[in-house]
Amino acid sequence: MFVVLIDQFWSLTIAGLALGFIYVLISLGYTMVYGVLRMINFANSEIFMWGTFGTVITNRDLYNYTQTSEPATGWKLALVLITALLMSMFIAGLTAVFVEFVAYRRLRMKGTNRLATLISAIGISIVLQEVMRLLTDSRPVGSPRVLEKIILAEVWGANLRLDTIITIIAAAVIFFILERFIKLSRMGKAIRAVSQNEDAAKLMGVNLNRVITTTFLVGGLATGAAAFFYTTVFEYTKFNIGFTMGLAAFTAAVLGGIGNIRGAFYGGISLGLLEVYASAVLGTQWKAVTVFVVLVLVLLFKPNGLFGEAVQQTRA
Amino acid sequence: MKIRSFFNLRDFGAGIWERSNRLQRVGIALISIFLVGLLPFAGASFLATPIASYDAVLVYPVGIFVLMALGLNIVVGKSGMLDLGYVAFFAIGAYTMALMGTLTSLNTWEIMPFGIAFAMLAGVLLGLPTLRLRGDYLAIVTLGFGEIVRLIALNSTWTKGPNGIANIPMPPDIGPLKFKLDDQKVFFWVVVVMILLTIWMIRRLSIRRPGRAWEAIRQDEDAAELMGVPTLKYKIWSFTLGAAIGGAAGVLYASKNLFIAPEMFTLNVSILILSCVVFGGIGNIWGVVVGATILGYLPDRIRFISDARLLVFGLVLVVVMNFRPDGLLPRKKREKAIVKREVSA
Repeated sequence: MFVVLIDQFWSLTIAGLALGFIYVLISLGYTMVYGVLRMINFANSEIFMWGTFGTVITNRDLYNYTQTSEPATGWKLALVLITALLMSMFIAGLTAVFVEFVAYRRLRMKGTNRLATLISAIGISIVLQEVMRLLTDSRPVGSPRVLEKIILAEVWGANLRLDTIITIIAAAVIFFILERFIKLSRMGKAIRAVSQNEDAAKLMGVNLNRVITTTFLVGGLATGAAAFFYTTVFEYTKFNIGFTMGLAAFTAAVLGGIGNIRGAFYGGISLGLLEVYASAVLGTQWKAVTVFVVLVLVLLFKPNGLFGEAVQQTRA
Repeated sequence: MKIRSFFNLRDFGAGIWERSNRLQRVGIALISIFLVGLLPFAGASFLATPIASYDAVLVYPVGIFVLMALGLNIVVGKSGMLDLGYVAFFAIGAYTMALMGTLTSLNTWEIMPFGIAFAMLAGVLLGLPTLRLRGDYLAIVTLGFGEIVRLIALNSTWTKGPNGIANIPMPPDIGPLKFKLDDQKVFFWVVVVMILLTIWMIRRLSIRRPGRAWEAIRQDEDAAELMGVPTLKYKIWSFTLGAAIGGAAGVLYASKNLFIAPEMFTLNVSILILSCVVFGGIGNIWGVVVGATILGYLPDRIRFISDARLLVFGLVLVVVMNFRPDGLLPRKKREKAIVKREVSA
């Protein structure tokens, strides 16, 4: 059983890291909204799903790639990838702001119970999913191959594939930029202020509505970036992929300590690695069970998540 | 007063009930039960559901949803714990029925206690370690538990994995009442009886010690603990009772459907039942019944817009929650009605 793990340790680790970084970006969407609203954004999985279609549209309709056409190379490749990334981020960000506007704003202004908001978010996520289902006729949509999956090098028996490497590096860069944004910018400061104490922030002249909309937007952008990487690696999307990815990313956010950004980072990476190792040792079908069992254990012994307390001050 | 005070169904209903004496109350109850019992015969009217059989829709989703929503209401509405894995208990009940029904010669009514017992056992096992957690953490742990139960059913050989279990026996006839696949009136009446028993149980519990303890826990858990309420004990009780009702619903569902598979027990069911509770009016039995009836019935009634019906369902959730955040029949109104009557008397 464990022989597999030892034999393929490095290739598993790289696959786990790539998956982990995708989780990191999606869980940012959960964790940021949770930070300011103290509420699970149930629609984030659908924001992710809409984001994946941004990449598909760019590759298929904007640049006219088909399933049989030659993959791009050189500058053209960079251009297509960056457009697709921006398109995914744009669509996901827009969807996130839309969700905030339709499902959250009115209820937040009224100051009603949290469950009503939760159900409203569930409602909007059903709507988003159903609209996409009707648009795609319930069929999976393939994303044309733009990026050829060349093996760059072999390290300790592990293949370094181009798409995984791009995912790991680019996702790390995006995460770093977002983290700096929260840390250093004026808006980021306002977001942190609201998450620490909403009333005090309001008294200090923070425009609450703008902060919350921005939070949704930034969370949406991160989720959109994750959607781009997901589509580039798996080259396929469907109206219902949001659920599994969203659930895993949410687990990652809780694992790391929901509401804080670095928690999302560690949680995402650990979950990605854990999932890959667990499927290698126990078989793919027990992957999700392992993840949940670990989650329950973590919550029992450290209810604030693995990294919840240490970085409490810098939560965003 | 604001505009909404011109007519309030909740206060109107509560008012009639409060003004009636014991005999009138029994009369009202009997007439309502009789009318509900006649529902399966109203299939030819505007209530008819295109495509799906009307009798069948009344049993599942409507009847079973009402039953499960009442069970979940004990957990979410009465004691204020957010449970997103309620489907686990439903699944445990259904699998108990399926396995015992196909492997032993016991019938549905003999298996029912086992299904309830296993669901309660699972409730205690999950509740003991996790009910110390609060709010969203409890939500995610229960959600995880629901998924674990489904995945175990999906990946184990003794549950026949993704193929599911077929040939589950139907319940034996009760006297002249025969259970049939094409005519599910008897199933509906059985569900109604179970719903009535559940409502009776919840109403009795609500006005006694457990009900007061749950109310205290819901409003302020720390204060309740300080006042000497054994909060963990009552939380586990509430969780276990909810589980028992979910298990009973599962047994009945398996026995009605004759076939079950893991894909019937996804997170969506938990979310749907929670929607029923919140949509109808969290904490209020009648609100929950109304909410579950509407949300169970609506998707089948609007099948003529076949493809877009879930879309409409989602829109209804968003709109109703935005304009009536406490649900269709919220619980506070009733208290208000009683106060008003005392003032005028």
